[in-house]
Amino acid sequence: MHLESIPIQAFLIVSSALFCIGIWGLLNSRNAVRVLMSIELMLNAVNINLMAFSSYVDNNLIQGQVFTIFVITVAAAEAAVGLAILLSLYRNRVTVDMESFNLLKW
Amino acid sequence: MSIAITTQFICFTVLSLVILIGALGVVLLESIVYSAFLLGGVFMSVAGLYLLLNASFVAAAQVLVYVGAVNVLIIFAIMLVNKKEDLKPINDIKSRRIISTTICLTLLSLLIRVDLTNVWSLSSPQNSIGEESTIRIGEHLFSDYLLPFEVASVLLLMAMIGAIVLARRDVMSKDISTGLPVDQELIEKKAEPLLTNKN
Repeated sequence: MHLESIPIQAFLIVSSALFCIGIWGLLNSRNAVRVLMSIELMLNAVNINLMAFSSYVDNNLIQGQVFTIFVITVAAAEAAVGLAILLSLYRNRVTVDMESFNLLKW
Repeated sequence: MSIAITTQFICFTVLSLVILIGALGVVLLESIVYSAFLLGGVFMSVAGLYLLLNASFVAAAQVLVYVGAVNVLIIFAIMLVNKKEDLKPINDIKSRRIISTTICLTLLSLLIRVDLTNVWSLSSPQNSIGEESTIRIGEHLFSDYLLPFEVASVLLLMAMIGAIVLARRDVMSKDISTGLPVDQELIEKKAEPLLTNKN
């Protein structure tokens, strides 16, 4: 099999798998820091997707790369605020166990 | 990109394996510190994938922002909240694991099916601007994406102020429960946590 370049499907499959690993971690982690890490993994999966499409479908205008820059910006802001919320939670409840954050549970 | 196709394939395979195994390690490893460092490896490999896709500027931004800022922030958070605690066992953990794994595998198969069966209308690689992408990103940011660019700066400012407000210790002039003035020493005091021992 002769190919000119890596097929776009390879990038898409890697990003799909990374996204699903991120969702699994989000659903199954007990530690709140690990939940934040899973969110970062999912954001990276989305970024790989955007970059692949930008390179294969729109390689002249590369608007996907601009989108990726914005996603990276928002991810940095989200990580800062998320970790601040985590610190304030830890100060009030002295734990990072996700199962103990049940104030809104009826 | 002028790298031979075989080299590209080898690089892609190695980077994808590092990404997927590293991500599994982030999610599955017992020690959270190992997870954080593996996360840095995953971010670096994603930057490598961006290099394979002819996007050197975004790869540099990825390394600077993710590895240099987000990962360091996560490691700081781990150091600040690192307390050995025995987690309370959950009684229906097994059914939860089964349900979430089923959901993830179903979603994965769905996504892979879409990836493989859809016919993508790919443009010809002759149009590729290659290394000029940095110039093109700058043009985009200061012409048609100018408003999102400025809004992003406001968002970063808001995130910075919000993080400071959320993470600092409360400094109040009066004690809430007793009404007495609080002495504003800068020494860390043992404070009674507000919401512990509920249920």
